[in-house]
Amino acid sequence: MTIQSFEKVLAEHPFFKGLRPEHLDTLVGCAANVRFTAGDFLFREGQRIDHFWVIREGKVTVEVFVPNKGEVTIETVEGGEVLGWSWLFPPYKAHFDARALTHVRALSLDGACLRGKCEKDTVLGYEFMRRFNQLIVERLEATRMQLLDLYGDDDAR
Amino acid sequence: MTTPDSGTAPVAAPPDPMWPEPFEVRQVARETGDTFTLTLVPKVGSQPHPFAPGQFNMLYVFGVGEVPISISGDPDRPELLVHTIRAVGATTRALQKLKRGDQVGVRGPFGTRWPVDQAHGQDIVLVAGGIGLAPIRPVVYHVLRHRALYGRVVLLYGARTPHDILYARELRDWRGRFDAEVEVTVDRATIEWQGGVGVVTKLIQRSPFDPSSAVAMICGPEVMIRFASLALEKRGMTTASIHVSMERNMKCAVGLCGHCQLGPHFVCKDGPVFRYERIEPLFGLREV
Ligand SMILES: Cc1cc2nc3c(=O)[nH]c(=O)nc-3n(C[C@H](O)[C@H](O)[C@H](O)COP(=O)(O)OP(=O)(O)OC[C@H]3O[C@@H](n4cnc5c(N)ncnc54)[C@H](O)[C@@H]3O)c2cc1C
Ligand code: FES
Repeated sequence: MTIQSFEKVLAEHPFFKGLRPEHLDTLVGCAANVRFTAGDFLFREGQRIDHFWVIREGKVTVEVFVPNKGEVTIETVEGGEVLGWSWLFPPYKAHFDARALTHVRALSLDGACLRGKCEKDTVLGYEFMRRFNQLIVERLEATRMQLLDLYGDDDAR
Repeated sequence: MTTPDSGTAPVAAPPDPMWPEPFEVRQVARETGDTFTLTLVPKVGSQPHPFAPGQFNMLYVFGVGEVPISISGDPDRPELLVHTIRAVGATTRALQKLKRGDQVGVRGPFGTRWPVDQAHGQDIVLVAGGIGLAPIRPVVYHVLRHRALYGRVVLLYGARTPHDILYARELRDWRGRFDAEVEVTVDRATIEWQGGVGVVTKLIQRSPFDPSSAVAMICGPEVMIRFASLALEKRGMTTASIHVSMERNMKCAVGLCGHCQLGPHFVCKDGPVFRYERIEPLFGLREV
């Protein structure tokens, strides 16, 4: 894939929507094209992952191993979403497993490269952290809703 | 009996809304571990009860009690009265135990309808959680039968686990159509499940409808209604184009006893389907 098409992929992805062209241009330097076939792990729990993934197509499951229960899927992430925030803070280790459920096309963005660029260009840094914060808040809200077990036995329908 | 909130012809009223009419159980079909679908037909002498999507009946189990249950069948086939019920207490468990040929008393249909007629020409966004898919199903039947009258049709359904998914076969059929977008997600699953995992509100974020020309209908637990409405507003919809179905304990179902009061409204006759802007302020209040 050419640099130009990386930029186009990022510009069209909902997570990067509205980002200034010069910022997209900067991010392209940290991006690599990746593909996974169904069953491949993008990362395993505890593994150092200084990356995050911009999912273009396909479905990834985020799993955790629960003793006596086996692997439990806690979330699926699909085309149009991003996966992974372990790259934001040391020790850059994954808390879950992530596995391709289907064929997956994605861009992988290098964490060290991104942190460097965000520190140098604080406007980009702010914009980037704002988007990640929003993502984290959305995931937190979703987790709270899941914890409420809304459709469980004690619900008020 | 309530006048429906849309401009279409009112649904025919049974002779006496306080008097249960005898219906016979035609079929009891298991849906999930605790949920079943009851198909009733009028006993000799009783009339079929035409209904509009969103309306409910009071089902009376002789010697046990009477409960409000939404009609989950096809509004174009009123000769079969279909209800999908989750067994949670004395009356719903008694309904679960009924066999073909047993008798049930039916009063209704009561309440307001989903705004399927006002939504002509617009995108339809149906959001259902858990048993909340039951009151939404008549809308799906209606909209798919009159498909050309609507823009995009989107059904977003959230269940607890893959085993709790209602109407799995029909969901697959609707999903197989080229003119409807059907997304199903569960709150939790083992890795055998090949579908989506996550809350239903997440589906709203990426759903392909036009917020400026869409009508949303939500049915599920109240917390889910709140979050789903917020997600729709984030997409640019207004609370005037969001409709929700509410539940309160009921006795008379005709606006007399006050049992179903929700702030200034009686859910049995002003609802159960409300425009969200009318009741949103009541959502934050504790004792209404
Ligand atoms: C307009 C309307 C439409 C409804 N449509 C349906 C439907 O399509 N399918 C369906 O299964 N149910 C529906 N319900 C809910 C249904 O009426 C109740 O589950 C039923 O009244 C419970 O009666 P019961 O005698 O079996 O249980 P009860 O003995 O009255 O209660 C047993 C337990 O269930 C809880 N409970 C009672 N009512 C509810 C409720 N509404 N939601 C959650 N928990 C409750 C009680 O707190 C108690 O813990 C609807 C309610 C309304 C108001
Ligand atoms: S149930 Fe009696 S007023 Fe609504």
